[in-house]
Amino acid sequence: MSCAFFSRRNFLTAAGATTLAAAIPAPSFALTASQAEGLVNTAVGDINGVIASGASINSMVNSFKGIFDRYADTAYLAAYALGNDGRSATNAQKQAFGDAFGVYLANKYGRRFNEFAGGQIQVQGSRPVNSYIEVQTVAVLRNQSPFQVDFHVSDRVGRPVFFNLIVEGVNMLLSERAEIGALLDARGGNLDALIRDLT
Amino acid sequence: MRSTFKTLNLVFVLLGTMSMSACSFGTPNASINDPYEANNREIHAFNKGLDRHVLRPAGQVAAAAPEELTIPIVNFADNVGLPSAVANGMLQGDIGGVATNTMRFVINTTVGVVGLFDPAGVIGLHEEQTDFGETLAVWGVGEGAYVELPVFGPSTQRDAIGFVVDLVFDPLDSVGNMPQIEYGTATRGLDLAITRGRFMETIDGVLYDSADSYSQARLAYLQNRRFALGETPDDTDTIDPFADDLSLEGFE
Repeated sequence: MSCAFFSRRNFLTAAGATTLAAAIPAPSFALTASQAEGLVNTAVGDINGVIASGASINSMVNSFKGIFDRYADTAYLAAYALGNDGRSATNAQKQAFGDAFGVYLANKYGRRFNEFAGGQIQVQGSRPVNSYIEVQTVAVLRNQSPFQVDFHVSDRVGRPVFFNLIVEGVNMLLSERAEIGALLDARGGNLDALIRDLT
Repeated sequence: MRSTFKTLNLVFVLLGTMSMSACSFGTPNASINDPYEANNREIHAFNKGLDRHVLRPAGQVAAAAPEELTIPIVNFADNVGLPSAVANGMLQGDIGGVATNTMRFVINTTVGVVGLFDPAGVIGLHEEQTDFGETLAVWGVGEGAYVELPVFGPSTQRDAIGFVVDLVFDPLDSVGNMPQIEYGTATRGLDLAITRGRFMETIDGVLYDSADSYSQARLAYLQNRRFALGETPDDTDTIDPFADDLSLEGFE
């Protein structure tokens, strides 16, 4: 199942620009709308490929972890989810939490992708917000009214990456910060215990 | 008996602050106003039990049922809700929404065999969902506090009042035909089970796999509701990786 608005030309433009950007020092790199939209199309294509593969759920979750590492700002996601609770953490703990958080996300969302089977993400357009680009898409799932999904894309790490997802107004980073906070509370604030339980 | 007390308590909470909510225009971002959290959490626990023993099993049955059966039920339930949406659209002065929902109701009730089929959706006439909670929002009534309603789940004081008003004044009673009035409520119940079944993993994720299902449900409801009402946070308020409010040292 390929993305409806995916075109070869778009992809090549985005891919070309990404290669070019890699050769240029990060500060002079400015993320364009077409790069951000290209990222969405590529990632959605990869995710649909995994769903269509019909692999076992564990193998799919592993593939999603790979997609997540490739296309997401993993460091920012982990830092945001941990929030103020990360202030007193050592660098080793932060590193370990980042790894554990990636596994946790792939597990959590990877297991729900069957609700998305046969679905499409149609890119409607994009707009710059502060220092990132919001790519607006519509998710079209079978027998269901289309709903809005916004991907927030930045070039903080020197290439276009996702750092947030808004589904019908529900902000993934906010939900995850609340969840990680609650998981920590349940462990008396013990970060090492949380890292152990997430992996 | 205990749950009756809870319900009375809730009604009291709603009435007690209704006079205040009209002048407290809520700030529409991720802010949470939850002064009744302790009470809400008890209702949440009750609702979770109800889901575990009734709605979730019903959802599993619905998920296993053939689509030839479930889709007409969903269509019928959506269609009987349209007169109420039209009335609210009028109260909000939303001419486009009134037109779309009226056409949908007329087409699906006639061509769509009392609403069992959705020919209006095929020609691009999708429902513009609305309710009296939105009407109150359009009229400038503040969101009020977060409340979790027994059986019906997450809400706000404004939405809870809207919910009761929609329940009491349903124009379907005067414009609907016999099967619509007769089976409207029952099919809406079935629709609930079908929806529960369709989003089994997502809803289970919030209710049973999260560390604090109450706060996850509250956060998701408030954000989604504000989004639906066009009360989304403005751009200065968003999460931005280039903002200096978060130290990334050690994470990369």
